[in-house]
Amino acid sequence: MKTENQRGWLFVLPVLILVAFNALVPLMTVVNYSVQETFGDNLFFWHGVGWFEDVLRSDRFHAALGRQALFTFTILLIEVPLGVAIALAMPRKGFWVSVCLVLMALPLLIPWNVVGAMWNIFTLPDIGLLGYFMNHVLGIDYNMTQSPLAAWVTIIVMDVWHWTSLVVLLAYAGLISIPEAYYQAAKIDGASNWAVFRYIQLPKMKRVLTIAVLLRFMDSFNIYTEPFVLTGGGPGNSTTLLSIDLVKVALGQFDLGIAAAMSLIYFAFTLLVSWLFYTIMTRNEQ
Amino acid sequence: MAKITLDKLRHSYLPNPAGPDDFALKQIDLDWTDGGAYALLGPSGCGKTTLLNIISGLLTPSHGRVLFDGQDVTHLPPDRRNIAQVFQFPVIYDTMTVYDNLAFPLRNRGVDEARVDARVREIAAMLELEDRLAMRASNLSPDNKQKISMGRGLVREDVNVIMFDEPLTVIDPELKWRLRSKLKELHQRIAVTMIYVTHDQTEALTFADQVVVMQLGEVVQIGTPVELFERPQHTFVGHFIGSPGMNILPVEVDGGVARFAGHAVQLEGPIVRQGDRTEIGVRPEYVRLADSGIPATVRKAADIGRYTVVETMVGDHVVNAITDRLPPAPGARVFLHFEPSQTRLYADGWIATEVWK
Repeated sequence: MKTENQRGWLFVLPVLILVAFNALVPLMTVVNYSVQETFGDNLFFWHGVGWFEDVLRSDRFHAALGRQALFTFTILLIEVPLGVAIALAMPRKGFWVSVCLVLMALPLLIPWNVVGAMWNIFTLPDIGLLGYFMNHVLGIDYNMTQSPLAAWVTIIVMDVWHWTSLVVLLAYAGLISIPEAYYQAAKIDGASNWAVFRYIQLPKMKRVLTIAVLLRFMDSFNIYTEPFVLTGGGPGNSTTLLSIDLVKVALGQFDLGIAAAMSLIYFAFTLLVSWLFYTIMTRNEQ
Repeated sequence: MAKITLDKLRHSYLPNPAGPDDFALKQIDLDWTDGGAYALLGPSGCGKTTLLNIISGLLTPSHGRVLFDGQDVTHLPPDRRNIAQVFQFPVIYDTMTVYDNLAFPLRNRGVDEARVDARVREIAAMLELEDRLAMRASNLSPDNKQKISMGRGLVREDVNVIMFDEPLTVIDPELKWRLRSKLKELHQRIAVTMIYVTHDQTEALTFADQVVVMQLGEVVQIGTPVELFERPQHTFVGHFIGSPGMNILPVEVDGGVARFAGHAVQLEGPIVRQGDRTEIGVRPEYVRLADSGIPATVRKAADIGRYTVVETMVGDHVVNAITDRLPPAPGARVFLHFEPSQTRLYADGWIATEVWK
């Protein structure tokens, strides 16, 4: 038997400790809460999978999950094609490249609650630029504190405004890595613009777009700050997305067991979809 | 297929070229006859690729015209010129199979599927790719990818010219040789005009019937490989082609006699041009170590297989000689003899002697 030097593990230890304290320990506390019931006084009783059954059977959870899925699906459907289109339209060289890149990066640099606050003010019917314009110039009744539709349109437009740039930047990085010879060869082969997109640009962007979709899925599925600041989940519950609902349960109602079970289901769901998507997208690569 | 004429062609990448130095291509007038195998040879940055892109239509020249069979195509886009081009790095459509890659140029032109199938199979057979047709092109080795690039050019029956822009750069040396012979064989079979751009003299000389040598945006000589080797029109061609290149030695000319380091050198024929700078050119193959002649000192000798290159010094000038005998030791004093029929005079770089008639 060959004796192996095990000292290497020591070097991994700091990271392990760090990860343990910032991820594993908090996660395990959540797991702990999710299987127990308490009536106060720091007394806990074993509750098995009861909370999980409650959450999975609850209409409220189904509704929030449905809203969340609709939100994520809609913004992906808008942001990915729009991001690719903008990336395609951006200049490849010259002075305007940096101008475009800086303009694109701007929304990404704004803190999330500032984005929410900005859009909140922007859409106020009496003083907000957009709100005033819609109500008093165009004469369209637009008030997202009253109309669920207006609230939905606003959070989607806000997310598109905030995050399309990410898709643009990733798609652009994929595009500029395509050697000029590919375009020249395609020209000589008589390829149409559509064929160039379909057989050269899209395949070369596939990897970055996979990452873009994955990031946008995870971020939008976990979104909290911006809609919380903008609509607070209302009017009614119409924009109460999963994370907003979770916070209401955990901190508003202080139902620790339910909130913990919900968190774990939420987490597992995000993980599962991400894993499925990534596996499917990369299955043809060796 | 067509004869390609370049008429007073010049190109500058600058919007307002001032002097000749602003031109990537200085005046070029050239005829490429139909069905020929040409090589465009020159060092990096001499304008080869620029010239190629002008012929293919990827670039519009700032001055002059490009004619295909007498028809002006200067402003036609590449897809309307019926040309094919193979690039330095293999361009393949990753998501398609080998078959679809080869069929792509035909399908884009609306050729019917039966015809596409026949052509693709024919070309695949020529390139020895038949058993890989169903594979995804992205899984192939570089040489097979480059074969697909060539195949996309060959698959169209009506191409005027196929251009190769240093196509073997990424191929392993052993496969390089095979691919080059394959190319030569294909040219003999389908007799389409081929222009092969390279900075590698071996590639150029083995592939082409006619080699066009370029330097600094100018064509310095067009000729068969033998002509380029035997009688370079310019000192550049002399030292660029051959290994080692031609010995170019400064001489003084007075009264029709060229003197190198004080010794009269016999030339191939009479001097027909004068210039400020005069040099003689003689290939190492025609420099003999003799019993009498120009005295020289041996600096080193390099055995490169079939023969030995002996580097000698005449004053400050290096003169290479090739011998198949045992070379003298470094430091030995020898005499050099230049074969008169292979010794030429160059005035300002250009040949200035004529052969005796």
